[in-house]
Amino acid sequence: MNIPYTKHTLANGLDVVVHEDHGVPIVAVNVWYHVGSKNEVPGRTGFAHLFEHLMFEGSQHYDKGYFHPLQEAGASLNGSTNADRTNYWEVVPTNALELALWMESDRMGYLLPALTDAKFDNQRDVVLNERRQNYENRPYGLAGMAIVSALYPPDHPYHWLTIGAADDLRAAHLNDVRDFFQTYYHPGNASLALAGDIDASEAIALAEMYFGEIAGAPRPAKVQVAAPGGPAADVRLVLEDRVELPRLYMAWHSPALFAEGDAEFDLLADLLASGKTSRLYRALVYEQRIATEVAASQNSRELGSFFQVVATAAPGRTLAEVDRAILREIAAFSAKGPTESELERVLAQAEAHFIFRLQTVGGFGGKSDQLNAYNTFLDDPGFFDRDLARYRRVSLEALRQHAADGLAPDRRIVLSVVPRGRLALALEDSRPVNVS
Amino acid sequence: MRRADRTRLPARGPDKPFRFPEIRRRTLENGLRVWTVEHRQVPLVSVLLLIPAGAAADPADRPGLAAITGDMLDEGCGDRSALDVHEALGRIGAQLETDVGHDATVLGLTTLARFLDKGLELMADMIIRPRFEQREFDRVRDLRLNRLLQLRDLPPALADRVFAQLLYRNHPYGHLPIGSEGSLRAITVRDIAAFHRRAYGPSRATVIAVGDGTHEALAEAALRAFAPWQPAPDGQPPPDPETFGPPVPPPNRLALVHRPAAAQSELRIGHVALARRTPDYHAALVLNMVLGGQFVSRINMNLREEKGYTYGARTAFEFRRAPGPFVLQASVQSEVTADAVREALAEVRAIRADRPVTREELELGRAALTRGYPRNFETADQIARAAAQLALYGLPDDYFNTFVPRVLALDERAVTRAAEAHIDPSRLITVIVGDRERLSRPLAALDLGEASEVAVS
Repeated sequence: MNIPYTKHTLANGLDVVVHEDHGVPIVAVNVWYHVGSKNEVPGRTGFAHLFEHLMFEGSQHYDKGYFHPLQEAGASLNGSTNADRTNYWEVVPTNALELALWMESDRMGYLLPALTDAKFDNQRDVVLNERRQNYENRPYGLAGMAIVSALYPPDHPYHWLTIGAADDLRAAHLNDVRDFFQTYYHPGNASLALAGDIDASEAIALAEMYFGEIAGAPRPAKVQVAAPGGPAADVRLVLEDRVELPRLYMAWHSPALFAEGDAEFDLLADLLASGKTSRLYRALVYEQRIATEVAASQNSRELGSFFQVVATAAPGRTLAEVDRAILREIAAFSAKGPTESELERVLAQAEAHFIFRLQTVGGFGGKSDQLNAYNTFLDDPGFFDRDLARYRRVSLEALRQHAADGLAPDRRIVLSVVPRGRLALALEDSRPVNVS
Repeated sequence: MRRADRTRLPARGPDKPFRFPEIRRRTLENGLRVWTVEHRQVPLVSVLLLIPAGAAADPADRPGLAAITGDMLDEGCGDRSALDVHEALGRIGAQLETDVGHDATVLGLTTLARFLDKGLELMADMIIRPRFEQREFDRVRDLRLNRLLQLRDLPPALADRVFAQLLYRNHPYGHLPIGSEGSLRAITVRDIAAFHRRAYGPSRATVIAVGDGTHEALAEAALRAFAPWQPAPDGQPPPDPETFGPPVPPPNRLALVHRPAAAQSELRIGHVALARRTPDYHAALVLNMVLGGQFVSRINMNLREEKGYTYGARTAFEFRRAPGPFVLQASVQSEVTADAVREALAEVRAIRADRPVTREELELGRAALTRGYPRNFETADQIARAAAQLALYGLPDDYFNTFVPRVLALDERAVTRAAEAHIDPSRLITVIVGDRERLSRPLAALDLGEASEVAVS
């Protein structure tokens, strides 16, 4: 399934990608900046995301909150930051397209004159609240931090989560904003996708009119970092948390986003844990009933990915039992690989999910977001068919080989999350970790 | 070329009128209503099956029965074991969702259009011929009990549960669909089969098929799958929530669920308010937009953007067949919990007293609801769920096409009147999940009376 598009790069370096879809009288405006928490440094973590919040607080020519005029025009809007990129989007009725372009371009070109200490302090409080609500006050909410900090060395930018450390957020300073903005927030480091009820040539003319006047700058250098070695052993960690049931997280390094092997690990995740007939669900939850839930995911990212398996022990069952069962299933898979029928099933699921994502023009994961993802990471907005082809050409043997090489039991991080005061429930020889 | 004029925001062009796509309705011989909508943007179909019985139909001594019945549908049916069902769903890349709410059970399936017949066949099998086997039931019940155990550590889930209990007490809306541990242990496979016979009849159900096919093709496929569905001979349907009397008002206005050393406090503030069929539905929606229903609402701007107390605060009217709650919810920093409650209550009082809805707020609220309206009907699943609202609440056929003009016809007085009529500050119940040691003194200063402490079993 292909998504027709027109791409045009403005003189200042801004990529503009347009896709027409006249189904509903709405247009999606979607901007990606190729910056995320991987561009932060130790001691200043969480900054890219805090910065994203500031982008909604006003710019030089509209120095008020961005939500009011856009919601008044009938828009929905949001933004998000991850390790690799930051995105901003609006879905507007067709007649408010210019409004959204005006506002996106004003904050791309003219954010700094509108920044104040008061805005900065307020949004830092909001982010600290977000951190408490979604990480500190949520069961198992700190496990992700423990995993990445064990998987990556302290100077690797995936060593911390995008939300950052609370102390770093408190230490962040308004002065840091200026440098960050000038380095990363300019047309040369951004991609604008427009999808929906518009005419492509008109859309490009409008993009030129609103964004063409903003000065470009060189694209920032790619983050250079040595591929993390290890883990060279079965690294066992334990974290106490306010939870009822102990849970196991295990993680391995895996191929980077779009790299050779990335699609195989995506399919491995489905083969192992998507649906009741997947290997791990069937064995652990359905047949042996030693776990209440199991999940697997390939967390694909630019500098390198990690593959994760998570399982929660059923009451009265131990993490050691759960661990043994998972390793047994992975070993069996690594020896014989999947069946033809299993591969057919996960390919059908992969194709369906691929198309499910293309039902909307905007929002997280809709067509405009996907066009920008392909354009930002591959410089090719038309990658849809080839993306799907990555999955269709996967072989049974490649899946087996990747599991055998990539999911070795002696090259993983395994974290036990146990109820407070119940360290004995962790896997044997686990070392306590401190995250907050 | 035009240059951007940065001295003002650009004017918008005229609004494009919105029309909901045509729904074609027919009724099968067994009484099943089949509705179809053509939606041909992507090669997908979404099929919903609406059963107008949810958690409010749970017998008083069996809370959770409707939900676990819904959960058992895909655990084996006809000739298929539980694993066979899921293997078959997986092979057509189908996404199956079962939602059991207070008023209804909705089974939803989205799949590639070329698999429509297969998807419908599976769905019909689940609905008409579920096996309800003991072995599968034991496993599903254990998973639900474990889920319930884990929800104890999830502050929003705790808050929702206590809030429903306090507001509705013994009323059928007084428990969450998942039920309680004691009741889940008491439920038997026979209870489930009996509930299925009573509640799952074709004559009360509606199938809604939306997607990449003609009306005829969609309807024919539904007919092939569902024509064999026959009503059970002893089917005595559960009572309609519309016939329930009002709940008994709670004795305390403040309830605390102790969570030692909580990083934040989870808040719910509200009271029983409006049914879906209220004539004030549109006015209540606009009112909610002004008060707490969008980012730029009074409560979010105050608690998040001015005070920095929270990542977000919002309000909603939960419209159901019988009156549902008006509720404000937020997760706030522990040390400012009492301040956040005070501010929230002050905002609720103010909108019906000294700071009534202004012209500007009215226009913003109406605009956000009406100009963004077409966004709600972009995918097949969205359209099917919208159509299901018509079926569940008995709304008029032209409901979606009259929505925008009806909202635009409201003025400030109508919205303020809705606030006066449907939000009563003296009846608001406040539920807080947080650290008692840090909260009890500041809360005492709020003048909400004695806090009842609720233990969650």
